[in-house]
Amino acid sequence: MALPSYTETRYRIWHYFYIAICTFVFFFLIAPLFVIFPLSFNAEEFLVFSEGMKKLDPDAFSFRWYHEMVYGTKNPWGLAAKNSFIIAIFATIGSIILGTLAALGLSSRHMPYKGLIMAVLISPMIVPLIISGVAIFFFMAKVGLAATHTGIVLAHIILGTPFVVITVTATLSGFDHSVTRAASSLGSNPINTFMKITLPLILPGVISGGLFAFVTSFDEVVVVLFLAGLENTTIPVQMWTGLREQLSPTILAVATCLIILSTLILVTAELLRRRSERLRGINR
Amino acid sequence: MSSETKQILTTDGIPLEVSLKKAEKKNKIKAFLLVAPLLFFLFITYVFPIGEMFTRSVDDRMVTNMLPKTFKTMESWDGKELPPEEVFTAFYSDFKVLVENETQGKLGQRLNKEKNGFNTITKKLMRLIKRNKIDESQSIKEQIMKIHKRWANVEYWQAIKRTAPPYTMAKYLKGMDMYFAADGSIAQVDEDRRIHRILWLRTLEIALFVTIFCFLMGYPIAHLLATLPMKYSNLLMICVLLPFWTSLLVRTASWMILLQQQGVVNDFFVLIGLVADDNRPTMMYNKVGTYVAMTQILLPFMVLPLYSVMKTISPSLMRAGKSLGGTPFVAFWKVYFPLTIPGIGAGCLLVFILAIGYYITPALVGGASGTLISNQIAYHMKATLDWSFASAMGLMLLSGVLVIYWIYNKLVGVDNIKLG
Repeated sequence: MALPSYTETRYRIWHYFYIAICTFVFFFLIAPLFVIFPLSFNAEEFLVFSEGMKKLDPDAFSFRWYHEMVYGTKNPWGLAAKNSFIIAIFATIGSIILGTLAALGLSSRHMPYKGLIMAVLISPMIVPLIISGVAIFFFMAKVGLAATHTGIVLAHIILGTPFVVITVTATLSGFDHSVTRAASSLGSNPINTFMKITLPLILPGVISGGLFAFVTSFDEVVVVLFLAGLENTTIPVQMWTGLREQLSPTILAVATCLIILSTLILVTAELLRRRSERLRGINR
Repeated sequence: MSSETKQILTTDGIPLEVSLKKAEKKNKIKAFLLVAPLLFFLFITYVFPIGEMFTRSVDDRMVTNMLPKTFKTMESWDGKELPPEEVFTAFYSDFKVLVENETQGKLGQRLNKEKNGFNTITKKLMRLIKRNKIDESQSIKEQIMKIHKRWANVEYWQAIKRTAPPYTMAKYLKGMDMYFAADGSIAQVDEDRRIHRILWLRTLEIALFVTIFCFLMGYPIAHLLATLPMKYSNLLMICVLLPFWTSLLVRTASWMILLQQQGVVNDFFVLIGLVADDNRPTMMYNKVGTYVAMTQILLPFMVLPLYSVMKTISPSLMRAGKSLGGTPFVAFWKVYFPLTIPGIGAGCLLVFILAIGYYITPALVGGASGTLISNQIAYHMKATLDWSFASAMGLMLLSGVLVIYWIYNKLVGVDNIKLG
């Protein structure tokens, strides 16, 4: 952002001040994530930079905690990772199916009470998690699904569907309905039309909603803390216990892996968003 | 006249109007059937359980069910002097059943909450009943009153009578540090025991300040992102989106590392000579930690709505403002800022709603002074097992959030929520 040459001094000063503020905020946002990275290679047992690390002594760094994370004795991370992925995958599938169907219905201009139904469908996103946790726990305890994978998956479907509903509804807002009519008039049945015409066009929205649902489930800890027994522990639950009780650098090794995972998800989501914007641009 | 207008018929001979209505109805049902599975699922697993929280929070049937005969005889008692003989007799027979089922302990505890000292005297009565020391042919009233002088005190019988209704608002009053006094009026808890009001105010204060901090930090960078050329802004957008997609616990962990006594932030302060090495400030396990960590974690939720609004504002508007004689500040304040108000509303309310229900981060970096209302709800759910109190406080929090949500909907519209 180069300033035009005629800018007065005070606006020049203001402009550099503004740039300085922005730099600080961006630093504030992103820097905390990078502190985890070097510390996870700490050779010592403390969560502080040792003298050796400050001098970049190679002996001060090691893969010790990554080794501990994978091969450690009595180590909960393997089970937690397995549970997290299983729960998140099933919750994502459930959220995608229920959410996409609902979004298709909501986008129809014939849908009655649209505003009210939309408010109910996205309420799990607005209601504070602690309240959702209490309510879902009461339900799961009553039907005997507390401390089961099924219960947690259902709970995460509740929390994940609003994201799918929102992203798919947004994609459908630019959807040209004449293509489905064209398909029908050419003799296609509704299911065939959906699979061959509608779905490929709204796929970016479905996938990015699915990514939100996946991350929500994968990162969710409040509801799981209410629902989970020892068998259903997940990565966030383990991190929560770890951060509260024995602060070990293994957590940082896990955190580093999670940051890498979220970077991958970010890249996918961004690519999808751009693709979807491009598609919507063509339709208009 | 109307007989002359010919009805338009479809090919099957049905009037077009009827046929059209039929088709419309069919489409309506079709659309609804698509929404139905999710709606049904949410009602069963989510909406009804929240409703159930309400019944749980006002439910007080335990004593009502334990002392059915007592409450029946108490109906005719005016509650001013000691109850008549038949109330004592009814209470005795109710209590005897409880002793046989060994559930009298629960009654003692519940009544003790209503009036201190009940636990002792119900235990005494229980022992006598177990040893068959009560002669049922004599006056029960005389014998019970002899067990302990509290049984002869009318206040204790009034306390029992107060537990008669199957529903009570007591849990809601407790959430606001109030209670039902002996005469049934609403009284305040002693000043030094008003813990819940402190928590409500603290939750509100933290949510408000985090919202303000997020706004002050988010507005400039959203503006920068919206005005920079695409290729730079896309790169900087990563700084907003990467934290947004990263696990909450990872971000909290990194703040725990940064803010600890020997942490990076303190190291930096010592390095630039801001503080002495032996006098490092405590930034964690207090409000400072909560503010810093929550602001960073919620900042993307402020930036994204602001950015999506600012992106739509044409830069020529600012140029027009300036060319009409406004200084850059005037042009910004009179032209640009009013146009961003929808974004400000969306961002602030989103951050505020999220902050007011926060739980994980305050619990980890907040220490005792970072405890918020959500932590208290979790505590009652998991530690004291007072689920009805947890439900009551949850619903009080929820009603606050719904009011804010309603304002949000009026100002911005729920459909305008944008993700990423």
